[in-house]
Parts: sequence; structure tokens; C-alpha cells
Amino acid sequence: MPVSMLYDFFIAPFADFEFMRRALAGTLALALGAGAIGVFLMLRRMSLVGDAMAHAILPGAAVGFLLSGLSLVAMTAGGFIAGCVVALLTGFVARTTELKEDAALATFYLLSLALGVTIISLKGTNIDLLHVLFGNVLALDDQTLLLIAVNATITLVVLALIYRPLVIECVDPGFMRSVSSAGGPAHFAFLVLVVVNLVSGFHALGTLLAVGIMMLPAAIGRFWARDVTLMVLIATASGAAAGYAGLLLSFHTGVASGPAIILVAGALYVVSLLFGRVGGLVRQAFPGRHLEA
Amino acid sequence: MLTRRRTIFAMACAALLPGAPARAQDKAQHVIASFSILGDLVKNVGGERLQVGTLVGPNGNAHVYAPSPGDAKSVADAKLVFVNGLGFEGWIDRLVKASGTKAPIIVATKGIKPRERAGAGGHDHDHGPADPHAWQSVANAKVYVANIRDALIAADPAGKDVYAANAAAYLAKLDALEQEVRDVIAKVPADRRRVITSHAAFGYFQDAYGVRFTAPQGVSTEAEASAKDVAAIITQIKKQKIPAVFLENVTDPRLVQQIARETGAKIGGTLYSDALTDAKGDATTYIDLIRHNLKQLAAALES
Repeated sequence: MPVSMLYDFFIAPFADFEFMRRALAGTLALALGAGAIGVFLMLRRMSLVGDAMAHAILPGAAVGFLLSGLSLVAMTAGGFIAGCVVALLTGFVARTTELKEDAALATFYLLSLALGVTIISLKGTNIDLLHVLFGNVLALDDQTLLLIAVNATITLVVLALIYRPLVIECVDPGFMRSVSSAGGPAHFAFLVLVVVNLVSGFHALGTLLAVGIMMLPAAIGRFWARDVTLMVLIATASGAAAGYAGLLLSFHTGVASGPAIILVAGALYVVSLLFGRVGGLVRQAFPGRHLEA
Repeated sequence: MLTRRRTIFAMACAALLPGAPARAQDKAQHVIASFSILGDLVKNVGGERLQVGTLVGPNGNAHVYAPSPGDAKSVADAKLVFVNGLGFEGWIDRLVKASGTKAPIIVATKGIKPRERAGAGGHDHDHGPADPHAWQSVANAKVYVANIRDALIAADPAGKDVYAANAAAYLAKLDALEQEVRDVIAKVPADRRRVITSHAAFGYFQDAYGVRFTAPQGVSTEAEASAKDVAAIITQIKKQKIPAVFLENVTDPRLVQQIARETGAKIGGTLYSDALTDAKGDATTYIDLIRHNLKQLAAALES
């Protein structure tokens, strides 16, 4: 009896409904790429860059929509181009002038946002743009799923290629500059990956909360591991777990799906904050015996 | 010289103040309607005597509209402001206050018995308990027209005959339209009169003409659907063998497409709910809108 109840609760929603399977596939693919990206953003003290970049992408997607309607390709391309332009300009200004990266990013993303809003209001439509710009995790069609999967694949492959320079630059940027000139290109490639994953996130999660599936798992990973690789693995796993549990929460309680996923990730974060092995609050208060070497 | 300058000054003043009394007689009255469908009804009653502006234009969504300063200005300049009421334009009170207009606010749904909302998920929004989409029943549109006629006559007694004649002619057209709707629906077998739409805007149509509508969202387009709602709808379509799923011109079609994919229900064309289409579309007037919806429904439900 309990077994069938467990089945009904945990498995049946996905077995019975195709849209739930699609949603799960989409969020898992998203977690796969976003976890690693989030960890590197966090290690480079760029945790808020994701959020700023998300705002920079939005106008691009809006322009894509205005030019060719509800077309996945146009909106993705528009968002991608807007994000990349902002990332490139930011990197250029930060590396060539006195302005630091955060200030440069702030100026360019605000400009992008303002430009986007202007273009939309010039065009004069008042279609519910927020509904259109963001996809819906419950309405992922083949094309969107494919896009998210391709983006996750590209992310993992490129990350593998730039992994060494990226890690070294996180840990010791001065050393990195003295031994190699790969730091700059690696950083740009990384920023492009951030944009790619945010675009995926828009389609999958349906809100600005796309940034949440990037940053919350990364912060969770930080409380359980010191090693970067392990941190990435934990982040990815907790992102995937949040996706699955969030969809279940939405299915059983009727909460909107996108926020439900992020709320579950938030709950995991609070648990990690309290009980995490690396610097968790409880751990700090009661250090206990040192079991590890 | 002096007199000429004065004349120019006076002309400039007159141009700047569209409601200036000296020019009110020979110039068309400027009135505002909150959204495109209401605007069309007002135009039909007002005819040549009115210059009708709308705040939420064709294809716009009045549920989540954000008024611009230009809107505040046109409200301030208007002689009358027509709104739907029943909580449809949640933003109108603030706009009216901000514009400082002296124009009377005419609620077009006055006298219509509001329908209680029955959204699929039972969501609550800032809409209040009434379903605002009263114009989806032609009988209600006739009440709108009567309210508009009375308000116009009260505001502009000189045009009484014109307004009364226009309203009578238009009401006759609406009578014919209503008969047409009833005739077409009567041809659809009773057990096939079931439809899914992406936003519960057709409650009054359902009550008046006996076609059952179900929606994955509540009445407003603001709420995001949950997995629970979508699952409930899919189960319902499969169980009741609902033949058709419809899209609307104001909400995200992707969700409805997913539901159709999963259930095998036919995707009907677009049903227009809250807005007319622009000149390129095929529902530029209220009568066209109802005819268009009727045609789409008939095509999808007759098998």
C-alpha cells in the first residue's frame, strides 16, 4: 500500500503526463549547465552578474519578438546578441580603463535595458510582453527542449576546454597573468556561456528566476565542498534535485512551477547554510572532532 | 497690428485647449474608451459627432496594461471616459486621479448582472469576484450600447436625435447578430459544445449560448498556471473527450499547444477575447469579433 502511494506521489505525475516529463527534462538539462556556471560566477565574486546580465538579455529578446513574432530562433538570437554585446563591452572597458568590471557592467546593462524598453514603446504594442518573452516550463516544445539541451552541451564542452585557466584565474589572477595570456579569452568565453545559460533559463523557467537555478545551487555547493570539481558536482546535483522537487511541489499544491523550483532550491540552501560541512553555521558553533585529515 | 497679434494668440489658445467652449459646437466631441471593443461600441453610437480615443489599443491586454503619460493627457482632455467596470481595468482609478480629469466616468456594464468567476484553478487576483468579460454575450453588448447612448445624450443634449438613431440602428444589427450566434450553435450537437481556451474570458458566452469553456488559467491573464492546473485540464479533456482547444490573441499560446499535443484535441483558430485586432486582422469591429469567434467555434466543433 505505501509503495503505491509513494509511486503516486513521486513517479506518477511524470509517468502520466507528457508535459511533466518535458518540464523535468528541461530543468535537468538546465541544471547541468547552470550549476557549473554558477560556481564559477560565485568564485569570481560575480554572483550578481547573472542578474544584471539577465536584464541585459531581456531587451534583446523583446526586439527579436517584435521583429518576427513568437519565434524561438529570433528571440534566442536577440537575447544572445544583446547579452554578448554587453559582456564584450563590459570586458573591454574593465580591462582597458580605470572602471572596474561591476561599474562597467552596470552602465551597459542599464543602457541595454533602457534601449529595449524604448524600442518596445516606439513599436507601440502592448501585448503582454512578460508572458511572451519568458517561456513556460510547463509548455516546452521539442524545439525549446532541443535548444536547452544544445546549450547545456555547449556549456559543458567549452567549460572543459577553459577549465584550467578559469580555475587558476579564480584562485590567483596575478599568477595567471604572469604565466599565460589565456585568461582574457577564457573570461570572455565564460561570459558568453553565462549568456547562453541565461537564455536557456528564460525559456525553461519562465521568469527572471532563471538566475536562481544558477546561483542558489552554487551557494549550496560552497557549503559542502572546498574542491572546485566537487563543488560543481554538488551544485549540479542540487539544481537537478530542486527541479524535480519543485515540479512535484507545483503538481501537488498548485503553486506556479518556476517559482516552486527556485523555492525548493532556496530551502536546500537554508539547510546547507545551517548544516553545511564547510562553514555551515551549526558546524561553526559546534566544531566537533576533526575526522578528516 | 495689435488686433492681429491678439487674434493669433486667441487661435493658439483655442488650439491648445480642445475643450474650449467657443469651439465645442462645431468640433466633434472628444471621448475616451478604456479598450478597443468598448471604443468600437462608442463609435457606433456616436458616429460623426464623436472623436473616440482608446487607451488599450487593438491586440492589447487590458488586464495588465501600464498607462503612459499620453494616456493621462487624453483622459484629461476627454469630455467623457467610458470604462467596462467589473474590475476589468484595475489601473483606471489611478489614471483618472492622476490625470485630474473633470470628465464623468461612465461604467458601460451598469445594469448587467455580473457573473461569478469560475476559474479552473480558483486563483485570486485583484479583480474581485465578478467576471468582467461581459461583452462576450451579445445581449450584454446591447446593455452597453444603451448605457453609452444615455451617457452621450446626457453630456451632449444637442446630439440627442443622432445618438438615438445611431443606437437604434446598431441595436438592430446586434439583434441580428445574436440570432446568428444562436442559429450556428444550435447546429452543433449538444455533447460536442465543449472548448478549452488559454484564458477564462468566455463565461458570458457560455451562459448565453450553452458552449462550455474551460481554461488553464483563472479569469485574469496575470497568474502563471501551475502543474496542478495543467494536469487537471489534460485529465478533463481526456475524460470528457473535449474536441477542441483554442488560442487567444492576448496570451501565451505555447501552453495551449502543449495541452493539445498531449491530448490529441484539435487546435482551433484564435478566439478573440479582450481586444479587437488591428486593421490587418479580421476582427476590427465588435460585430466582426463575435462573427469570427463564432466561425472558429463552429469549424472546430462540427466534426
